[in-house]
Amino acid sequence: MVRATAVVPRSTVGRAAPPPVVAPDADQRPRWQRPGPVHTILRYLALWSLAAFFLMPVYVLVVTSLKNPADVSVTRIWELPTSFSLENFGAVLPKLSSGFRNSVALAIPASLLSSLLGCANGFVLSKFRFPLSNVVFPLILFGIFVPYQAVIIPVSQTMTAVGLRGGSDPSGGLLGLLLIHVIYGLPITTLIFRNHFVALPNALLESARLDGAGVLRTFVDLAVPLAKPAFAVSIIWQFTSTWNDFMFGAMMTSRDSWPVTIALNNIAGGQSVPFGQAMAAALLVSLPTLAIYILLGRYFMRGLLAGTLQD
Amino acid sequence: MTALHSPRHSSEPLSTRAPRRQRKPRKQIGPIWVPGLLLVSPSLILIGVFVYGFLGWNVRVSFSNWRGLSPSYDWVGLSNYTSLWHDERFRGDVRNLIVFTVVFVAGALLLGFFMAMLLDKGVRGEGFFRGVFLFPMAISFIATAIVWRWLMDNGSGEDTAGLNKLFAAVGLDFLRSDWHKSDSMWAIAAVALPAGWALSGYVMALFLAGMRGVSETLRESARLDGASETQIFWYVVRPALRPVTFSALLIMVHISLKTFDLLYALDQGNLRIDTPSLYMWFTTFDGGFYDRGATIATVLLLGVALVVGPYVWFTLRTERR
Repeated sequence: MVRATAVVPRSTVGRAAPPPVVAPDADQRPRWQRPGPVHTILRYLALWSLAAFFLMPVYVLVVTSLKNPADVSVTRIWELPTSFSLENFGAVLPKLSSGFRNSVALAIPASLLSSLLGCANGFVLSKFRFPLSNVVFPLILFGIFVPYQAVIIPVSQTMTAVGLRGGSDPSGGLLGLLLIHVIYGLPITTLIFRNHFVALPNALLESARLDGAGVLRTFVDLAVPLAKPAFAVSIIWQFTSTWNDFMFGAMMTSRDSWPVTIALNNIAGGQSVPFGQAMAAALLVSLPTLAIYILLGRYFMRGLLAGTLQD
Repeated sequence: MTALHSPRHSSEPLSTRAPRRQRKPRKQIGPIWVPGLLLVSPSLILIGVFVYGFLGWNVRVSFSNWRGLSPSYDWVGLSNYTSLWHDERFRGDVRNLIVFTVVFVAGALLLGFFMAMLLDKGVRGEGFFRGVFLFPMAISFIATAIVWRWLMDNGSGEDTAGLNKLFAAVGLDFLRSDWHKSDSMWAIAAVALPAGWALSGYVMALFLAGMRGVSETLRESARLDGASETQIFWYVVRPALRPVTFSALLIMVHISLKTFDLLYALDQGNLRIDTPSLYMWFTTFDGGFYDRGATIATVLLLGVALVVGPYVWFTLRTERR
């Protein structure tokens, strides 16, 4: 039992329906053992105070960016707006639009490609092990945790040498950056799919084999269609980390190809930027990943747990 | 600890089964594992080169005297490491990183655990609270830093703003702080606030999954034996949570060592919140000191490997059991 902590039970991974953490049913304790009213009030008080703490920056973002620029002031950061205006958004949107285009062009193919490769890896590592795969797997896992500083000099040299970095490249470094995100995403996507396929019954594979399907055929016809939930987890995870990446983007891209985080930092970073515009820009840049989180939180959470090797 | 495995009969890889019992449906050239290996080989080569090859390359640079744009690989032995050891900025960075790690990790673990405790027994609106505590994970550190820079504004008097303003408004003026702009070695501790805001929900999710993994039957039987809720927590739930606590601790420490974007966007150039990961970036790409940058990166890698290596090993070992 003790060993079974820290985990969402294995069986839920393959299915989309149950949320990873399930509340226990009704309180089964006898009435005299249930918490008293004071206890309950304290509990909700704590919960609401914490919720206020976590939502505080959201309040500042939303309220400030919707104020009329003339009313925006750091010293009146907490005051409710007396005016309503979209001027702040209008001011930053043109400066961010190319960043948005670049990030979309980057994050979508990056998440699809590294998920597809991760799917193949996870499939083979769980079902068609090869000699030394027990050594290879931990080495791949360690790749999840490597600090990017420890590879960034060789990456920058290689990308410069092949002409994929910054200004020398027609895509302004985006193509090289795409490659980087696909490659450094492989360890986590491999883990996500490997955990998914471990639960797949071998009888299915056995029957595919008896039907004469080779590894590749089994992969394409059987594994990929069966891995839809894992694809959701992996694509969402990769999309979010590519969208939010800063270091590789800053190293690789020239001005016109800045992903949205670099554009955001350069637009809203300095103290000289109007406070209202900084907030509007930060809010806009956060919206896509936030929307994914709100709509598909379950899958997001599973990616999160996979990142701790816990899934 | 993990449930990475499922029952043996169904999950045993095909390659370890005796294939001879069945008629081979197609002519197999070479051992049965060859096509599988071919399928993963592109990824293996990419990871081999871009992760391990590049780590090695970086270590090699740390033994060179490469400064400026054109690479130089003249062997200088450990001299970069010894000069880093005597480097005042690096020493300050390490001190900062230790302060940050202790405050941030302790804070995030305590807060995350507390939030999980509050939610564990099932409260009304649990999904809402869980969502609110965890949403910062979906937001980039750059956006987080931009908001918090204004919240941790250090203006005083008429210019009081951000959190200080909030404190003043509710009569808690004594809480006023210069935050990360303080002229003290504790300035970086203020960064634990945005970092904790971003990541304690993550810790909560880990603990909550752990607590829910303690079966109700176990708790129930303890209850029937007359244990109070406090005793159940202490003698049943707490020991069962040890592996999660261990995971959460190591994950947070490793995140803390790697923290970069948040500090970069919060207050670039403030040496009070400088860390090795920032120093590496600036000395390499702004200063052209590739030798020193690679050395810092290698030290950082060793730190992360010391924390994470045993963790990966431990997790896989538990899984095989």
